[in-house]
Amino acid sequence: MKIAVCLRRVPDTTSKIVIGAGGKAIDEAGLKFVPNPYDEYALEAAIALKDAAGAGETVVVAFGPDNVQETLRTALAMGIDRAVHLQGAPSADGLSNARVLADHLKDGSYDLVLFGKLAVDDYGQQTGAMVAELLGLPCATAITALEVADGRATVAREVEGGVEHAGCSLPAVFTCDKGLNTPRLPSLKGIMAAKKKPLDIVPVTAPAGKVEIVSLALPAERAAGRIVGEGAAAVPALIQLLTTEAKVL
Amino acid sequence: MTAILAILEQRNGALRKGSVELLAAARRLADQAGTTVDALVCGAGDVAGLDALGAAGADRVLVATAADFSVYCPDGIVATVAAVAPQYRAVLVSATATGKDLAPRLAARLGGCCGMDVTAVDIDGANIRAVRPVYAGKAIQTVMLSGTVVLAVRPGAYAGVSAAKAGTREPANVPTYFKRLTVTGIRAPEKASIDVAEARVIIAGGRGLGDPKHFALLEELAEAFGGEAAVGASRAVVDAGWIEHGAQVGQTGKTVAPELYIAVGVSGAIQHLAGMRTSKVIVAVNRDKDAPIFKVADYGIVGDLFEVMPALTAAVRAAKAH
Ligand SMILES: Cc1cc2nc3c(=O)[nH]c(=O)nc-3n(C[C@H](O)[C@H](O)[C@H](O)COP(=O)(O)OP(=O)(O)OC[C@H]3O[C@@H](n4cnc5c(N)ncnc54)[C@H](O)[C@@H]3O)c2cc1C
Repeated sequence: MKIAVCLRRVPDTTSKIVIGAGGKAIDEAGLKFVPNPYDEYALEAAIALKDAAGAGETVVVAFGPDNVQETLRTALAMGIDRAVHLQGAPSADGLSNARVLADHLKDGSYDLVLFGKLAVDDYGQQTGAMVAELLGLPCATAITALEVADGRATVAREVEGGVEHAGCSLPAVFTCDKGLNTPRLPSLKGIMAAKKKPLDIVPVTAPAGKVEIVSLALPAERAAGRIVGEGAAAVPALIQLLTTEAKVL
Repeated sequence: MTAILAILEQRNGALRKGSVELLAAARRLADQAGTTVDALVCGAGDVAGLDALGAAGADRVLVATAADFSVYCPDGIVATVAAVAPQYRAVLVSATATGKDLAPRLAARLGGCCGMDVTAVDIDGANIRAVRPVYAGKAIQTVMLSGTVVLAVRPGAYAGVSAAKAGTREPANVPTYFKRLTVTGIRAPEKASIDVAEARVIIAGGRGLGDPKHFALLEELAEAFGGEAAVGASRAVVDAGWIEHGAQVGQTGKTVAPELYIAVGVSGAIQHLAGMRTSKVIVAVNRDKDAPIFKVADYGIVGDLFEVMPALTAAVRAAKAH
């Protein structure tokens, strides 16, 4: 099993978002950055599948500026074998970025290419499926179950009102959702080992994109709510408000 | 390359909820650009409800029929759309699990670009401007998209329109395609329940419930709403195994926009708020008056949920009986 995982570096999910000076991106000062939480399910799946196969290689790939190397090291500390830093500036257009990744992945002879279902910063939710389309590979997105046997994969994904099941032959591209597994934490031994694992740097340029960010703004605050009262005694007043004021009953 | 294409979802021969709303978004773009709306429905046989699509805003309904379309068949839909793509300036899908899967595949095949989970769309000269929540709803991004644009429009973002025309119906050609992924079907959960992503009312429970069996308190209230309420949950109780993943609302769960969201024993962590702050009306029941959930709740009751919930259920039942 040779498995590639594409990884993004994103602000920690507890971060308070402050809009940067240009009004198009966040102010990154003082933010803590982490591997994209959904990518961790992909990393875990890759490591577990290789372990189960007893042979193969896991590779983590990140496209971005030099600070993604720190995130790649975290993946190596979890147990991924080697890392590739596609060094350059990602575009606001997912397809441009997908082209960069697909270009790198196409000659890698990977059985599986895994992504997180979305990155919790731009919520783009498109790169994995685009890479699959560019590579001409089968793809399922937001999977919560994955089984690989005899050159085939069967997957499950949550859809409205149920769980959709699907199958395809390998090689294939999947994007991973919560529920797929429980990602391991990097161990101290893993962190030491990660320092010695290979991290290749490949300079790349994203092709011109068709998406331009015009602005980034904070959402309108919800108007301050009100405490209707305390305990069961407050229920009649609440029902009254829901019926006459909010009109949702 | 002018018209707008809306790809409508069907399941088991019935159009999915949200088709009419998606047509409304398509109609808006088409009216601004002075062009027409085509609706594409991919099915294996008859699909109910097509006659109503003209009045909902479709100038033309294209029906693509293939045996594979009895279930979701991304490779077939992508091939079908790619064959007619030069006619379209924008392709719209609902930002459902299916639509979010389809949109990027289409954008890649068409060499266009993809706007995911958009809440508002407009024509701006040669471009399409889209508004979309990012950072789990903690910020709102406006983007300008050019070329062939594929948009996944968030369910609930648009209200249906009523157009004064009937619309025409035509079969659409399904070209030969290579089916790389085979969807075998959808398994419904053992307990038939409404999905939080589609419910008008959500009763969400958190760690304050104390024990999985206390979800019964939420189910009783959901029942009192009579078939329009779903039970949701915070991640804390999903991770504890008290309820299945599908119920999780929040950053790593579902983004929901019901008319009424009742958060019971939920603290209101930023990642939970990310998924439910777009609810129209939020009610919180929490015994901690300083719980962050009260900052987003329209109405709050400070108190023990074990005392409040039975009273609330009885009151809703009584209100509904009127
Ligand atoms: C990467 C990441 C992603 C995450 N994604 C999500 C997500 O998608 N969704 C999500 O929900 N969380 C998410 N979380 C977790 C989130 O940070 C919180 O841990 C979680 O939302 C807390 O759940 P809770 O409110 O049920 O529990 P708690 O925070 O423990 O709150 C319990 C609440 O119940 C109240 N309570 C207790 N007993 C009673 C009683 N008898 N009557 C009334 N009130 C009572 C308490 O006052 C308290 O406010 C994520 C975290 C991370 C790190």
